[in-house]
Amino acid sequence: MPWDRNQMAERAAQELEDGMYVNLGIGIPTLVANYVGDKEITLQSENGMLGMGAFPYEGEEDPDLINAGKQTITELSRTSYFDSATSFGMIRGGKIAAAILGAMEVAENGDLANWMIPGKLVKGMGGAMDLVAGVGRVIVVMDHTSKHGDSKLLKECTLPLTGTGVVDRIITNLGVLDVVEGGLKIVETAEGVTEDELRAATEATII
Amino acid sequence: MKKVYPDAAAALDGVLFDGMTIAAGGFGLCGIPELLLTAIKEAGTKDLTFASNNAGVDDFGIGILLQTRQVKKMLSSYVGENAEFMRQYLAGELEIEFNPQGTLAERMRAGGAGIPGFYTKTGVGTQVAEGKEHKDFPTGPQGEPETYILERGIVADLAVVKAWKADDTGNLIFRKTARNFNPPAAMCGKICVAEVEEIVPRGSLDPDNIHLPGIYVHRLIQGDHEKRIEQRTTRKREDV
Repeated sequence: MPWDRNQMAERAAQELEDGMYVNLGIGIPTLVANYVGDKEITLQSENGMLGMGAFPYEGEEDPDLINAGKQTITELSRTSYFDSATSFGMIRGGKIAAAILGAMEVAENGDLANWMIPGKLVKGMGGAMDLVAGVGRVIVVMDHTSKHGDSKLLKECTLPLTGTGVVDRIITNLGVLDVVEGGLKIVETAEGVTEDELRAATEATII
Repeated sequence: MKKVYPDAAAALDGVLFDGMTIAAGGFGLCGIPELLLTAIKEAGTKDLTFASNNAGVDDFGIGILLQTRQVKKMLSSYVGENAEFMRQYLAGELEIEFNPQGTLAERMRAGGAGIPGFYTKTGVGTQVAEGKEHKDFPTGPQGEPETYILERGIVADLAVVKAWKADDTGNLIFRKTARNFNPPAAMCGKICVAEVEEIVPRGSLDPDNIHLPGIYVHRLIQGDHEKRIEQRTTRKREDV
């Protein structure tokens, strides 16, 4: 059985070590916070916060306290706030240990596309290009194939890039792959998924 | 020199002109200078270029200036929440220059700090890098060359920002994530007008806890803010 969204998030949480400062993207990456267990993981929100807490209780929403997805959130006892230039200074400067992001396509050389589809409405890249260029480790969490069954792990990306050679590890519903010299390397497969099944669903070179 | 003005219109008197560039603070609808944006709408200043992370929503934030067609160009990182913006953009009535969010923030900070340009890895190999100077620096783990692009500092004719508290000399304190783009936007304005929720007497703010020194703030108003929430997300109280 391929992993579901929560199992992918649970697997991604294993990438995080106690004490890490981490940035989580929107979608499945947000769920990773539910699976960190006893590890003290400090979540960065790139609009200017370290130590992001849970959603507020009804009636306690604060318009001055939102995350990068513009959702109301809460602070923790260890929270700090700062301006956007400082926030991206810590991202660009490699102080954030890892970013866990969604993607539309990943290429076998680590190229990432996750910000625009030509012909569709362009909304902007937000902080995605800064994050993938700056953080210590980029972990992509996404479905292995599109709705039409096409591989999202490609020899070359077809969509406009967010960054070149930036992805370190890919966690999909079928398994975990690392970007290495010459292509992708299977780290593990989801329980009940064989290496052959994973290879058959992948366009990128698997070495 | 007295920095405190009675209202937003008075604070903007004499600083607005058609075709000007305005840097605005705020992230989404959080920490936006809502009173000053409304006053710019009422002043009717045209052909504006806005350096602002977002473009507001249809009826709040910079969105209100899009409805009146006062905006010619946006320098932004994300504009997803504004239907009128998209209509004008697709009809070719509005120019947009997408900037990665951190590049936009640093362009403002640099412009305000006397730095005309800086090299960054952000956007290398993407559409953002097209037409920009590329240069290698020996910054790899073993000193191997890595490629950077040149991004330019932004100096705006005017900065409009929102803070929580100020003293009458313009020392500013922000609240939580409403700080966001406000300090870098303020720094890059030739003139900066700030709106705050409360102006307190000098001496009542802790000098060690000023987020933006008053040197960056030329004019100041106090007013009531709607502070609209864009996405209200909550959790239920667990049953005891």
